[in-house]
Amino acid sequence: MDSSVLCSEILHGGATWSHVLKRGTALRITDLEGNANVAAYFLNFENRSERFNLPDTLKAQHTARLRAGHVLFSDMGRVLCSITEDTVGWHDPIAGITNAALIEKKYGKLSYQQARNGWHQNARDGFLIELGKYGMGPRDLHSTVNLFSKVVVDEFGNMQYVRNNSAKGSYIELRAEMNTLVLLNTCPHPLNDDPDYSPKPVELSISRVPNPMRDDPCRTLCPENTRGFVLTELYFL
Amino acid sequence: MHTTNLKPSSLRPEAALSSYIVEAGDPFVLEIRKDQVVRIVDLEGNQAVDTLFYNAHDYADRYSAQDTIREQGNIYLTTGTRLLSSNGNVLLTIVADTCGRHDTLGGACAAESNMVRYDIGKRHMHACRQSFLKGLQTWNHGMDKSDIASNINFFMNVPVTPEGKLTFEDGVSDAGKYVELRAEMDVLMLISNCPQLNNPCNGYNPTPAQILIWDTNVL
Repeated sequence: MDSSVLCSEILHGGATWSHVLKRGTALRITDLEGNANVAAYFLNFENRSERFNLPDTLKAQHTARLRAGHVLFSDMGRVLCSITEDTVGWHDPIAGITNAALIEKKYGKLSYQQARNGWHQNARDGFLIELGKYGMGPRDLHSTVNLFSKVVVDEFGNMQYVRNNSAKGSYIELRAEMNTLVLLNTCPHPLNDDPDYSPKPVELSISRVPNPMRDDPCRTLCPENTRGFVLTELYFL
Repeated sequence: MHTTNLKPSSLRPEAALSSYIVEAGDPFVLEIRKDQVVRIVDLEGNQAVDTLFYNAHDYADRYSAQDTIREQGNIYLTTGTRLLSSNGNVLLTIVADTCGRHDTLGGACAAESNMVRYDIGKRHMHACRQSFLKGLQTWNHGMDKSDIASNINFFMNVPVTPEGKLTFEDGVSDAGKYVELRAEMDVLMLISNCPQLNNPCNGYNPTPAQILIWDTNVL
């Protein structure tokens, strides 16, 4: 796999990143220090009104957690990305992202004027600015996922953030099944209980990967995923 | 810890400002003014009422499921839940609830998601996101699919297990059960009275819902 790596870079903590991940490539995200959080959002780059749909993703796969074998569905019944590799086992799809008020309440305000690029940033503003670069705005930001983070729900519906979910060196690989605009943000998870604002860096690397075969584990995870792959293939006819 | 929070309302239907019937499979759009109270009644039982809310003065500021459940620390909506917008505003508060649990993770059905979930041949079947689009087009204020974000499924039961499984279960609702919300600001409400026939969310028989509005300033 290493020989196929096309590029790699470090995404600092508290930063936002975007890239049109082409069909036939995969993005590996590696937690360099442990306890990273990477908020992620996905759109069909060719038709940006088609975007990641969280309920469709959870319902189709009967899950409220994401791990290897799961795929990210668009609202049009197609697969934007597949989780082909994952050493974490639980990524949080329900708790959403930080905003400016939440960050200020938890960590206090630390402005650019005070701290230069060490300022307290939040994921919502990061995503909105990044969407703006593609001509989109607040109406285009729907539900997101938190890679590397875990939130469990008890029998009464109470949500509990689980510390230390991701060890140093953990990684997840997302294979693009469409030409997918991927947006990432490395602000802390909104339920992170660390009293200090300490967003973690991750490494991003993009590889060329073979097209999924009929027996691909993501495609065969459940009949819903198989139909999602069929609908995605129809789109490219 | 908070579980279901049953609380009947003291408001009398005879005193309502207005009353509407939303037939199964129909969209419904209504502006609700600050301090007005809206009641949604599951007339015949086991009916999912898919609902979106917007700040009436800025439609980009809309109900956010993820912010709402995270800030209350619980994935189910019931009496006391404050429905938060994407900009952090409180749109409405649930002030009465005789059902006890409402879902906001299960989303709204669509022709496309039915093809994934049930069969590619199901494209023709009526679905909530068809109704949402029709409702927005009829409202004719420039809204489109980008405005169809995370919704609430009143009267629907979508439990999540501690192991992270998500299931659709028989409704906890029954004929005549209702949920009541007080508008904390001027809001736009968009409803799809769910036409889904492929799972138990409507008991395989979609039925009408009633919408009642009270003007609390004149009570």
